[in-house]
Amino acid sequence: MTTRIERHHYDVVVIGAGGAGLRAAIEARLAGKKTAIISKSLFGKAHTVMAEGGAAAAMGNVNSRDNWMVHYRDTMRGGKFLNNFRMAELHAKEAPSRIWELETYGALFDRTKDGKISQRNFGGHEYPRLAHVGDRTGLELIRTLQQKIVSLQQEDKAATGSYDSRIRVFAETTITELLLDGDKVAGAFGYYRETGEFVLFEAPAVVLATGGVGRSYKVTSNSWEYTGDGHALALRAGATLINMEFLQFHPTGMVWPPSVKGILVTESVRGDGGVLKNSTGKRFMFEYVPDVFRKQYAETEEEADRWYTDPDNNRRPPELLPRDEVARAINNEVKEGRGSPSGGVFLDVSTRLPAEEIKKRLPSMHHQFKELAGVDITREPMEVGPTCHYVMGGVEVDPDTAAASGTVQGLFAAGEVSGGMHGSNRLGGNSLSDLLVFGKRAGEHASSYTDVLATRPRVSQADLDAAVATALAPLERNDGENPYTLQQDLQAVMGDLVGIIRRKGELEESLVRLAELRERVSKVSAAGGRRYNPGWHLALDLRNMLVVSECTAKAALEREESRGGHTREDFPAMRPEWRQVNLVCSLDGDKVRLEHKPLPRMRPELIKLFDRAELAKYLTDEELAEYDALAEEAAK
Amino acid sequence: MGAKRRFKIWRGDQAGGDLKDYDVEVNDGEVVLDVIHRLQATQTPDLACRWNCKAGKCGSCSMEINGTPRLGCMTRMSTFAEDETVTVTPLRAFPVVRDLVTDVSFNYDKARQTPAFAPPADLAPGEYRMQQVDVERSQEFRKCIECFLCQNTCHVVRDHEENKKAFAGPRYFIRAAELDMHPLDAQEDRKEFAQASMGMGYCNITKCCTEVCPEHIKITDNAIIPMKERVVDRRYDPLVWLGRKIFRRDQLDGAGQVPATALVGARTEGSEVAQHHGLNWHREIPQPQAAPVDETGRLPISEITADRPGGPSPFGDDQTFPLPPEGLNYAHPSGTEQG
Ligand SMILES: Cc1cc2nc3c(=O)[nH]c(=O)nc-3n(C[C@H](O)[C@H](O)[C@H](O)COP(=O)(O)OP(=O)(O)OC[C@H]3O[C@@H](n4cnc5c(N)ncnc54)[C@H](O)[C@@H]3O)c2cc1C
Ligand code: SF4
Ligand code: SF4
Ligand code: FES
Repeated sequence: MTTRIERHHYDVVVIGAGGAGLRAAIEARLAGKKTAIISKSLFGKAHTVMAEGGAAAAMGNVNSRDNWMVHYRDTMRGGKFLNNFRMAELHAKEAPSRIWELETYGALFDRTKDGKISQRNFGGHEYPRLAHVGDRTGLELIRTLQQKIVSLQQEDKAATGSYDSRIRVFAETTITELLLDGDKVAGAFGYYRETGEFVLFEAPAVVLATGGVGRSYKVTSNSWEYTGDGHALALRAGATLINMEFLQFHPTGMVWPPSVKGILVTESVRGDGGVLKNSTGKRFMFEYVPDVFRKQYAETEEEADRWYTDPDNNRRPPELLPRDEVARAINNEVKEGRGSPSGGVFLDVSTRLPAEEIKKRLPSMHHQFKELAGVDITREPMEVGPTCHYVMGGVEVDPDTAAASGTVQGLFAAGEVSGGMHGSNRLGGNSLSDLLVFGKRAGEHASSYTDVLATRPRVSQADLDAAVATALAPLERNDGENPYTLQQDLQAVMGDLVGIIRRKGELEESLVRLAELRERVSKVSAAGGRRYNPGWHLALDLRNMLVVSECTAKAALEREESRGGHTREDFPAMRPEWRQVNLVCSLDGDKVRLEHKPLPRMRPELIKLFDRAELAKYLTDEELAEYDALAEEAAK
Repeated sequence: MGAKRRFKIWRGDQAGGDLKDYDVEVNDGEVVLDVIHRLQATQTPDLACRWNCKAGKCGSCSMEINGTPRLGCMTRMSTFAEDETVTVTPLRAFPVVRDLVTDVSFNYDKARQTPAFAPPADLAPGEYRMQQVDVERSQEFRKCIECFLCQNTCHVVRDHEENKKAFAGPRYFIRAAELDMHPLDAQEDRKEFAQASMGMGYCNITKCCTEVCPEHIKITDNAIIPMKERVVDRRYDPLVWLGRKIFRRDQLDGAGQVPATALVGARTEGSEVAQHHGLNWHREIPQPQAAPVDETGRLPISEITADRPGGPSPFGDDQTFPLPPEGLNYAHPSGTEQG
């Protein structure tokens, strides 16, 4: 079969048009590189549009005591000290500049009284820190970057006569393979969704900004794009993934109606007085307060209720425990048969606040439930349950340059697809700022990498032929299974066996089931032709979802402790010796290999930002002794 | 399990296509997009349809449902009668790619022709100071999720492919308005540009765009009308066109210039005309304007010879939404030139 392949030559190819990808592309174009942006969906529709809360940056506009050191501390705490300290440091230091820069691109954030960017409170952030635009911050971010790219194209048009001469967007184009020359990136191969035609981008530098992996779970706040393509592309190109066992499950996603299963119900519902009840009407969270939190949380409903008006003299209601605790509690209630009709629990504000007050404080939730579920939250409870929200794990990168680790050169990664920044758990709002900080860095360093390259890597014909054959295979088979069935089965394995609460036996079983699925996926067939055929597209995404799921299952089995987004029923406690270990996944042939790698050590001036009592919860005795020695030296 | 429901879905591509019948199960609480997903998973895996967020936030799943331009993910099945057949067709104003997917590149082209934000030269990043009241007006327009439903609905391009070249459409009028109202935008001539180069004059304020906007942006009232009212160059304004309707063309031609006093008369007459033809004009009629004559005292030749300078609606063969689905004879414009 002869296949026409369109070829393009670029200096930097950015895969992904979310916040991270667009920011990287802007930087590469500003560095004078001929840049392509590739996206599975239309320009401006990437997942980043869905982010609501805001972007965390210690600008100190609302509370002037805020600064990068406080933000740094919060981020490390949130990630339970498993974060790559250097990434967290760069992020905290550079986030404010990245946000201010957006204003010069035309962004309009909500304002403070003195005309600065307003900042809001969010879980885990010590001071009000999230720059926001109502509850559509992600939309503002992506639209602003999109419009900045258009403005650069307008400059190029004025200079060269063509909008596309220096930066071009290839929308609805999916990359299925990275092509190498030795261990150097030489190009990216994919297809136009619209026509099914193949396209090859020859480029010495590729930036991955493909987002997350949530589609491997049935209940997720993520869209169809989140099939872990970037994770899998990186693996196959010889890069490594870290922290893949850490997934964030948001405790309150909608569970009914089916169409919106997984869509978020914001945390402020609970902050404003909403309570969680099971099918017997019992406010069950009181039974799930772990010992370490006993002192801070109320023991009776009366005390909990007093907290809303008098937080100084009462303890907080247990509904406000950290995300992972609440998610686990809900999970358990449902498992033990006390769930709501649609398999969640009830979240009720209607009996807690007057209707007018609810509408005033939670306008978008009121609207969301009214339009999507036909539920009036001022009169009836909502049904909610945990939903897969964010993957902390991703491509292991050099913190300063965003270059992927492993054997490959010329590959960079930023955004949700990269790992390390958030450790074992991401704080709300830290993702949007992460996209900007490391998106810029990836674009900058991808550009300078191409500057020092002596020769342009070349794509080999054999690799190209192989990529074409792999892409066409599902269309040419007609006796295989339907990709949708396979996706459902994969989601069932991941949801049931590698979900919120993990157990040794189930994780082992999941690996067996994933191996079976791998067999079936290798024989998947897609009906229809090449023009905009979603069945075929899914068939190609499946192998990415599968390998990424294997990484998650393997790492989850290996890590014998509970920390942040990884909970083992058989190892319920956090263990300091595990804090020193990153689990690194790579590919050996087509098998996932898992290795232990020591976590980089925090620099002395950074570790001194914490007090000893706090560190004692996380560090081993040896590490603490070192800390004491440091402190002693400083005292001298 | 839910009940079976009858769907008619347009299947085909540039070469043509037609409505195909599907009987599909529908469960409680589902939206049209869910049903399409069920069809993909169970009956026709290659049914093409765009979507991303399933929460009305990304603007990908635009389609025409029983003739009304809507988001598939925000159209609940419970809004239809039990026995109602639901007809789903692709956006009509754009060339079809396959099934429910259309080529919306028209919009991205128009976006590139709209001048970008011009940052103030004297402010460094971090020095921007704006009051909330001042940014709110622009923020309303920045809520736009680029679903292009308004673009698809606007009669100026919906049935008039030839207008696409000169007409940017409501989505880009609000972009112009947003920048015009931006407290720190350094460019001064947004309104004039919209009128002169984006074809804002073609708009005769039918408000159809506002009606379909899922973000409830008041496109006409808050963006187009304020811009029209203050624009300096009034070349292609509907009121002028209204005048031309009332004064026969030959009169216009002969008179050379419509006297201002006559136009005042035209105003009252105009509103009657409007009522008579069912014009959706829920607002005060703007001040009358003199005809945009050139230096010879005549209307530009294109204005006089054109069959319908302002597009067909609302005085003539207008249509109302939703179109009755039984009467839906769907033929997609295809292989057309891009503006
Ligand atoms: C409901 C919700 C609310 C959230 N709220 C917040 C919040 O308030 N604050 C916060 O900080 N974070 C929030 N997050 C998280 C945050 O939105 C995401 O982590 C972030 O947007 C990821 O951005 P990204 O640039 O990495 O990737 P995305 O924006 O997801 O973009 C990925 C891009 O890669 C492209 N792509 C993927 N695979 C391929 C391929 N094979 N070929 C070509 N292109 C490909 C996609 O088309 C897309 O353009 C939220 C997330 C969700 C789901
Ligand atoms: S008001 Fe009517 S004519 Fe004007 S842009 Fe909107 S739909 Fe088009
Ligand atoms: S203005 Fe409204 S209808 Fe038009 S594209 Fe934006 S959101 Fe859609
Ligand atoms: S899927 Fe995003 S708006 Fe419908």
